[in-house]
Amino acid sequence: MEAVRRQTRMPKHRFLFSASTYQTLSWGLVLLAAFVVSPWIEQGINPYWFTIVIYCGINIILAVSLNLVNGFTGQFSIGHAGFMAVGAYVAAVVTMALGANPAWNEFVASNGISESAVLPIGLCLGGIAAAGAGYMVGMPSLRLRGDYLAIVTLGFGEIIRVIMMNTEAVGGASGLNNIPFLSNFGWVYSSVVLTVFCVWRMVHSSHGRTLLAVREDEIAGEAMGVNTTQAKVRAFAMGAFFAGVAGGLYAHQLRILTPQTFDFNRSFEVVIMVVLGGMGSISGSVVAAVLLTVLREALRVVQTWYEIDIRMVIYSLVLIILMLTRPNGLFGSREITDFFPASLRRKLAGGAEARGGVK
Amino acid sequence: MNMRLVTRVTLGFAVAAPLAIGPNIEAQAAEDFIKIGEVGSTTGSEATFGVATHQGVDLAIKEINATGGIKGKKLKVILLDDQGKPEEAATATTRLITQDKVTAIIGEVASSRSLAMAPIAQQYKIPMISPSSTNPKVTEIGDYIFRVCFIDPFQGFVMARFAAENLKIKRVAILRDVKNDYSVGLAKYFTETFKKLGGDIVLDQSYSAGDIDFKSQLTAIRATKPDAIFVPGYYTEVGLIARQARSLGIKVPMMGGDGWDSPKLLQIGGKAMEGAYFSNHYSAEDKSPHVQAFIDRYRKAYKDTPSGLAAMGFDATMVLADAMKRAKSLSTSDIRAALAATKDFQGVTGRISIDQQRNAVKPAVVLKVVNGSFAYESTIRPG
Amino acid sequence: MDQFLQHVINALSLGSIYALIALGYTMVFGVLQLINFAHGEIYMLGAFTGMYTIRWLRLEEHPGIGSLIIALIAAMAASATAGFIIERLAYRPLRKSPRINLLITAVGVSLFLQYSGQLVFGSDPQFFPTGILEIEGYNWSYGDLVIEPMQIVALVLALILMFVLQYIIFRTRLGRAMRAVSFNHDFASLMGIPTNQIISATFMLGSALAGAAGVLVGLIYPKIDPLMGTMPGLKAFVAAVLGGIGNVTGAVLGAFTLGLAEEFLVGYWVPTYRDALAFGILILILLFKPSGLLGVHRAEKV
Repeated sequence: MEAVRRQTRMPKHRFLFSASTYQTLSWGLVLLAAFVVSPWIEQGINPYWFTIVIYCGINIILAVSLNLVNGFTGQFSIGHAGFMAVGAYVAAVVTMALGANPAWNEFVASNGISESAVLPIGLCLGGIAAAGAGYMVGMPSLRLRGDYLAIVTLGFGEIIRVIMMNTEAVGGASGLNNIPFLSNFGWVYSSVVLTVFCVWRMVHSSHGRTLLAVREDEIAGEAMGVNTTQAKVRAFAMGAFFAGVAGGLYAHQLRILTPQTFDFNRSFEVVIMVVLGGMGSISGSVVAAVLLTVLREALRVVQTWYEIDIRMVIYSLVLIILMLTRPNGLFGSREITDFFPASLRRKLAGGAEARGGVK
Repeated sequence: MNMRLVTRVTLGFAVAAPLAIGPNIEAQAAEDFIKIGEVGSTTGSEATFGVATHQGVDLAIKEINATGGIKGKKLKVILLDDQGKPEEAATATTRLITQDKVTAIIGEVASSRSLAMAPIAQQYKIPMISPSSTNPKVTEIGDYIFRVCFIDPFQGFVMARFAAENLKIKRVAILRDVKNDYSVGLAKYFTETFKKLGGDIVLDQSYSAGDIDFKSQLTAIRATKPDAIFVPGYYTEVGLIARQARSLGIKVPMMGGDGWDSPKLLQIGGKAMEGAYFSNHYSAEDKSPHVQAFIDRYRKAYKDTPSGLAAMGFDATMVLADAMKRAKSLSTSDIRAALAATKDFQGVTGRISIDQQRNAVKPAVVLKVVNGSFAYESTIRPG
Repeated sequence: MDQFLQHVINALSLGSIYALIALGYTMVFGVLQLINFAHGEIYMLGAFTGMYTIRWLRLEEHPGIGSLIIALIAAMAASATAGFIIERLAYRPLRKSPRINLLITAVGVSLFLQYSGQLVFGSDPQFFPTGILEIEGYNWSYGDLVIEPMQIVALVLALILMFVLQYIIFRTRLGRAMRAVSFNHDFASLMGIPTNQIISATFMLGSALAGAAGVLVGLIYPKIDPLMGTMPGLKAFVAAVLGGIGNVTGAVLGAFTLGLAEEFLVGYWVPTYRDALAFGILILILLFKPSGLLGVHRAEKV
């Protein structure tokens, strides 16, 4: 309930469109910088570490989007990998189809657009497809209680996987390969920024308030006139959208997709990132995602000694211990800015104060 | 508010950045070692494949080093486990090439993982040799990708030919693993050849890896009364399939591919496996002296008869070493050229020649399960 | 016709396995309102215990019902112990916490058991010694219809265990206490029922059944591996929900229904959607009749 304490008034902005020109400019600069810097980073860094950075980015998007559903809305969804799969396949199919389409190639060549422009199209379509899947999954299941919802989301994850496996158009069991390598630092970074931005705005808007109401006490919320089912579905679809984007980035990084990649273990890895970081803390998800991605690689050598999936043993043990001792995770529902001294916080919140929102 | 956000995201990447920029670990001071990377599934449900292959590779490395190494340097193999997952194989390959700076890579057994690894090896121009990936697409990825085994079109041809000409049967039912593209591919190639040879596929049923109950599919197959059942899957399911087929009263022989090659097949299948045939890369009953010598050395090292995969791992390493010996230098492009020129190399799995598509041209053997072991039945040559 | 009957026979043996596991789910849900995700792993532990018992005691050299009973008892005891430990260590401390924490822990326990199972037992599939009952090959066939004696044994054993459970729940004091606790914890303890102990007992009973199921599965499908519990566990859960979660008879009914549905889907239609079917049924049931076939709709109290 700190979110309530922090704001004295219900913010009345419409979701996403109240930034001043100054703020839009600063955003644009950040994203532009990412692209400019991108090739330099790619050349300069050891490729192995570079792939880790990319995976960190992808996992951040996954964790933050899942946090929206699990943390802020309090719904236990453990089928996130299914949405990732939808986004990945759709994005890959789109980029491959466009790449082979002569009309598109001509358009690109004559207008001087870079070839990798095909990626944002793929990502958008992938995200939308995933959001659609999220909507379809959410509509029937979000009427259910926590335990049932968990199994149903798990089930949907599996169903999506089985469908992919049986659909020849996306390769069936062999999956897709030779997907063009398009996930450069620029795209990943901007996707991460976009995700965090959107989720942050969602959470700190009146919509976000609704989500928190659903999390804290659904029946009370309904009694107060909050349409809980709609709120849940909205959160679900949004989370699924970003999972789809992450899936698209993943597809263009790994360049090969098999249905087995998106199994329950992957969903579980995202869940543990969210839980570790703190359900209800965006910064927590970011930190936990980075931490676990790096840990995964660090444990790779250890893995070879033990001859079994020691990472899953460690992850599940960590999860159990976490639940028993510190269920709030690293950050609880606080954000990283809560740790800054008050003066710094005020300065950073300067823009918002002018709008009369925060303390 | 926005600045908070930028701060947050920047912080998130700041955490990652030092990792990115910091450890740009260069290769250790040039030791007198040639580093070879190996990627295998030493854990997970296909652990037997990875472990067996690695044992073959290791034995080869030891023997090469015992005779002084190559061009004065000893070989060292760095093994990374991929848990049977393609994305792990890809990351492992990137790590081996960029962190450990290996000169060549041996891997993988399963085509799905080789397909994930090959684009990376090709991109960095590191020669990659797959010991037993049979999907034709693997070597199509680039000219740095090789294999020392035959490809699935040939393997499907082998069993179809064997069925039509040796067993003289006309009606076959297929039961394939729809979750495994090796199985799907092999079934497809078998069907093509068998039909060309005048045979008939009476039914095509499927299952998923991990299933334990196949009675429904087998009941449907039983109703069509085939002369044989082709089951191109992995040993993990085939044993159970055989049992259930027998208990349902299906007496016709079963046929399969090199995915059957594991002692577990006999353990789980038991008596039901008797009389089954499958194609493989080599037979432990091969009387040639060098094969028997290899089997002896392997037995001494690991107290076990080498399976086809172990033999392939051994051969892959030996072919690589031979190419390195013949190569003008130890640069990767020279090694690649030498590999492509491999002709009539005497491996334990037969005479290996690398063709234009960087696949190995060699015969396949058909084994039969007799009295609880794999007995040699026939050899089918290409062409 | 024969093919149809064959499918029915197969479905019955499949259903009896699901029933044994589903009973455990339903009982635990009854007393704790918790879906014990780890239940599938307890089933797996039963199978492995059975295998090791047969191996170490060399029961294969003395085939017969006696050996089977010994293996069953060992497996059931081990599973019951495992269930007890899990409840004590992982679930009891969280009884007053928000539901979602309990769910997450359950998932964690399930995965932990699976992967440490791989560590302890090895990840390769192992062969379950079917030789303890020398009935291999003695199939009964009527024309094309084949009935494996092992299927009959499994079915009979499952039914026996179900009747024993019914008896315990409806005709003993322990059973009455369980029913009281499942109705309301606080009232039950006010009536002098030792809630914690009853919950532990419920766990142990449900787990024992799952352990027995593990042994039976090992005998019919002699391949076991540490990850074998996931799918049957989830399917048994679906069966329990289908029949009405919390309802013991419902669990059995749901299990056999699921077995039949699966068998016919695979036999006559698309075998590769087998696993997806269970989830499909779950979604349909939760959409249209969430209380299940035999369940009673309980209003959610605020």
